[in-house]
Amino acid sequence: MKEEGIELIKDGKRLDGRGFEELRPMKIEVGVLKRADGSCYFEIGNNKALAAVYGPREMHPRHLQNAKTAVVTYRYNMAPFSVDDRKRPGPDRRSVEISKVSRDALDPVILTEYYPKTAIDIYVELLQSDAGTRTAGINAASVALADAGIPMRDIVSSVAVGKIDGEVVLDLNAAEDNHGEADMPMAMVTRTGTITMLQMDGRLTKDEFERGLKLATNACREIYELQRTALIEKYSESVGGGEE
Amino acid sequence: MGIEVMEDIRKDYVYDLIERGKRVDGRGFRDYREISVERDIIIKAEGSALVRLGDTSVLVGVKLSMGEPFSDTPNKGVLMTNAELRPGASPDFETGPPNENSVELARVVDRGIRGSETIDLEKMCIEEGEKVWMTFIDIHALDNDGNLMDAAALGAIASLLNTRIPNERYGLTGEDTLSIRDTPVAVTMVKIGENILVDPNLHEENAATSRLTVISNADGTVSGMQKSGKEGLKEEEIVEMVGIGIEKAGEIREKYLGDK
Repeated sequence: MKEEGIELIKDGKRLDGRGFEELRPMKIEVGVLKRADGSCYFEIGNNKALAAVYGPREMHPRHLQNAKTAVVTYRYNMAPFSVDDRKRPGPDRRSVEISKVSRDALDPVILTEYYPKTAIDIYVELLQSDAGTRTAGINAASVALADAGIPMRDIVSSVAVGKIDGEVVLDLNAAEDNHGEADMPMAMVTRTGTITMLQMDGRLTKDEFERGLKLATNACREIYELQRTALIEKYSESVGGGEE
Repeated sequence: MGIEVMEDIRKDYVYDLIERGKRVDGRGFRDYREISVERDIIIKAEGSALVRLGDTSVLVGVKLSMGEPFSDTPNKGVLMTNAELRPGASPDFETGPPNENSVELARVVDRGIRGSETIDLEKMCIEEGEKVWMTFIDIHALDNDGNLMDAAALGAIASLLNTRIPNERYGLTGEDTLSIRDTPVAVTMVKIGENILVDPNLHEENAATSRLTVISNADGTVSGMQKSGKEGLKEEEIVEMVGIGIEKAGEIREKYLGDK
């Protein structure tokens, strides 16, 4: 992973001017799609993620139904134009794996036992990507689920930490991810402190790992506030204004 | 329906036992099943290993061929890891393209090796921008009685340690042994109730609410992690599991990868 000759930290600042424990600027909008049951647009730095949720609706094919719970499906998809070299459309191994861990990140908070035999389908489109797309997707999807009115225990928030030039830092951008020493995306249920996604590649000592995890859990709380505020704003508006 | 009911009864049984401090096969919570590693059993492969974890068995083969480097890394060899969950290994496995479980298996094993820079990919460059060695790690599940992940990861590093570069076949001369710089070992744990168990067998895997794989290296650093399953884990549980993972990896490394 490591590459010589690329300095990612200069005078205690990262290349984009951020401190070690600083998130990129975020933007969030709830209910941006008309046809989906719930939706959310989430930006962090140059990442643009759009999530649409359908359901609970009938599960097809029927043999995939679960007699006791709703089945949550998640499809992570990168737009071909979202990266420097055009990405071939359609699922690849990376997106299959990301879809799986993202689904597992959200499943614990959804009250699937309320809707046996149904499907709750989550579709996440990455319109622009700059490292941290799976975490951006989870942040968007989590809010879209709430927007769809699906009963949940809490909202899930997600962020990555990593190691660049020997320092543990928050929320890697693409340059840092490509030339850094480690990347560790995680997702958390903020209210309970439960971690529902954790992946890691690169190399970290046990101590660096523990520091990274702390950094990420704190950042998740920050993201959580943003998600919560966005939902409250959307729904206080629609009640007050008498509009749908 | 019958099968589902049986599954539930079995889950309850596993769970109840564990709540009383016991495992279905009588092991302690931190114990692995019996491990065996047989290397070089496929002579057509440049490296191979058959790993058994109790009744789970995984065959890993490493093949090397010559190819073109990726344009963004013209001076580096290529590493590809693939996993096949063959139908013969379990009635739950089906033919057809890789599903999310086999993709996950391959990618996590790959990350452990890549993250620790186990293979010096720069040494695998033959002619910059033109010719490099492509290393293919193929994971073949033969029998699934749980924890394919650790068996596959152990099979991968055991195979790599014995992999020979087929210079002669391509009319080249040079060092035939693959330069291996580290020995990443995966340790998978599950949580059942409030208990953490190492090396889950199939019944435990099915009864578990969450699973964490920790891949660590000879110097105790971590080079890969993957959490899966329908429930979350607490921060302190994860920290504990990473500690256990590093410790168990050390034991496995010493016992099965020591004679490099």
